[in-house]
Amino acid sequence: MSWVLANLPLLAERLLAHLGQSIPPIVLAFVLAIPIAKLANARGWLRGGLTAGAGLLYAVPSLPLFIVLPIILGTGIRSTVNIIVALTIYGLALMVPSASEALRAVSRDTLQSATAQGYAPLARFLRVELPLAGPALVAGLRVVAVSTVSLVTVGGVLGVPSLGMLFIDGFQRSITAEILAGIVLTAALAIALDLLIMLGGRLALPWSRVRGEGVR
Amino acid sequence: MSQLLEAFSWLADPTRWSGTDGIPTRLLEHLWYTALGVVVAAVIAVPIGLLVGHTGRGRGLVVALSGAARALPTLGLITLFGLWLGIGLKAPILAFVVLAIPSLLAGAYSAVESVDPRTVDAARAQGMTEWQILSRVEVPLGLPLLISGFRLAIVQVVATVMLASYIGNGGLGRFIFLGLQLQDYPQMLAGSILVVALALVLDVALRVLERLLAPRGAARG
Amino acid sequence: MIRFDHVGKTYPGGTTAVEDFSLTIDSHASVVLVGTSGSGKTTLMRMVNRMVDPTSGRVLIDDEDVAGVDPVKLRRSIGYVMQASGLLPHRTVAENVATVPLLEGVSRRRSRSRALALLEMVGLDHRLGDRYPSQLSGGQQQRVGVARALASDPNILLMDEPFGAVDPIVRAELQKELLRLQSELGKTILFVTHDIDEAFLIGEQVVILRPGGEIAQQGTPAEILADPADDFVESFVGSGVGKRALHVDEVSGQQVVLDAGDRPVGVLREGSRS
Repeated sequence: MSWVLANLPLLAERLLAHLGQSIPPIVLAFVLAIPIAKLANARGWLRGGLTAGAGLLYAVPSLPLFIVLPIILGTGIRSTVNIIVALTIYGLALMVPSASEALRAVSRDTLQSATAQGYAPLARFLRVELPLAGPALVAGLRVVAVSTVSLVTVGGVLGVPSLGMLFIDGFQRSITAEILAGIVLTAALAIALDLLIMLGGRLALPWSRVRGEGVR
Repeated sequence: MSQLLEAFSWLADPTRWSGTDGIPTRLLEHLWYTALGVVVAAVIAVPIGLLVGHTGRGRGLVVALSGAARALPTLGLITLFGLWLGIGLKAPILAFVVLAIPSLLAGAYSAVESVDPRTVDAARAQGMTEWQILSRVEVPLGLPLLISGFRLAIVQVVATVMLASYIGNGGLGRFIFLGLQLQDYPQMLAGSILVVALALVLDVALRVLERLLAPRGAARG
Repeated sequence: MIRFDHVGKTYPGGTTAVEDFSLTIDSHASVVLVGTSGSGKTTLMRMVNRMVDPTSGRVLIDDEDVAGVDPVKLRRSIGYVMQASGLLPHRTVAENVATVPLLEGVSRRRSRSRALALLEMVGLDHRLGDRYPSQLSGGQQQRVGVARALASDPNILLMDEPFGAVDPIVRAELQKELLRLQSELGKTILFVTHDIDEAFLIGEQVVILRPGGEIAQQGTPAEILADPADDFVESFVGSGVGKRALHVDEVSGQQVVLDAGDRPVGVLREGSRS
């Protein structure tokens, strides 16, 4: 406890760095996954291929990806860009199948009635399909957020500053409090983002709160 | 790209393929730790998961537990246990077990839950005992999901075993951390390639097993 | 003989499925409980094999309270056919039919030959025995369900809307088949349905239920048609709206039967009964 109190500035700095590496992949994965999923749903073979590929990609451990990616990106191994790109790829591996499923679950009848009422394709997608897929998309995003926050710590072994550095430093200097602080902060950050996304989803999609009976 | 070539020539070097710190030894260590962690976790988690699925009790707890476990950083657990329990197998195995339990638990209970309740009702009405319903109806019909739980747990533990090399254990992660210490990027790359290959081979093999063990006659959803 | 003695069922949540129900079903009789959803008919039926335990009263089989019988043993001694056949999707048809004999330790070979014989008995080719349930039509699956219920040669057959999920033509076939089987086997049948026409076809005795398992009327189909107890029964059997009040008119030399709204429903033929 005293270690924590004496090192509050360090903890804050690590937390901020952690957040800086967590937010971009979460946002990028979400924003990129929706058009990819939409495209994939229009073509059966693409959907099958992407789902299978995403499944395999998720089996790849994160550290090797952090090590291999710089060859392709031309970045250094300790670059945060490297971490962000790698975690975006993981995020996509989780989010694309989930978004594809969410969009497919929107009722065909609803979409056809929207077309019949005169929605142009883009407007129909943005104002009908996307909001209706919303609750399932939010559920997928929550999984991506929690997983990303946890994976950022792995960069610590390579020397990329994040809460993961607390584990490395704590282990090398035998400071249990430092490791514990890292675990607690990582879990707290993951839970906080999870709750934030859930609340944001409820605000943006007010009808999803009254669901729960009947549907599924 | 030249570094990738160096990594492959590192892998192709015959001296790497023998001895106590050669690739085969490290690979066997990796597999052995993975098996140990998953088996111990399965002994704990599978019976509980099946029971939760069969009775429907404690479902909320299991869901919350597997959600919470996803938020736990793997590296944090490994270094924490390493500091508490010292060098040796105890610390990493404990971490492997803790991290494998949620997937196995979720796989086991969702396997049982996936079975059509009407089928279970009919089996009970024919006069099957609860144990017979579980062993002859719910487990065979839910087997693909149970295996899928094992697959996720194994993939998770393979990655964790690699990280556990950091606190001084064997396994393929050794090459990565040795390379990191020596600033030997090709060796890190080679170690990474080996770990990725192992994870993918296991993942694909278990997916094939899932298909093979899907009960004949039962339509797959 | 099955006897319901003032049984009631209230679920932990406080909903009462059955208030106070008494009924005696003679051996070898076929009795149909008919009512809308919420009438408690399925709950009552499931009390017989202890799939549901009553919260008050007793169910007796041959004067023995079922509450004192081990449920697993009881269920194996009673045939049960349900709406969605409830066949095990991972076992072949023959294995499904032989479920209870196999549980009772009868050898594989004997169970199998008995299962194949039962398939023939319910009107299925025994070669279907090696298929999986999903390879059969809905009507065939229901026949397998009946064969499975008969496998341990039970005295009692419980049938929970067994033909509710098949199309009308197949349903009529299955109903006829059941009547034929019953004339050969003489089981005690307790049959549950919401379809009054089916009830009148299958049941020697028909029990019309109000919500909460209250008996509105009980009797033979002819008794109920001739003398409906009240408006509820009348509207349930359709006599209130004139569906059952028929009269005869002569059209091109034939005796045509018309309902109360003068819609033709059939032709009268002398002495033809089949």
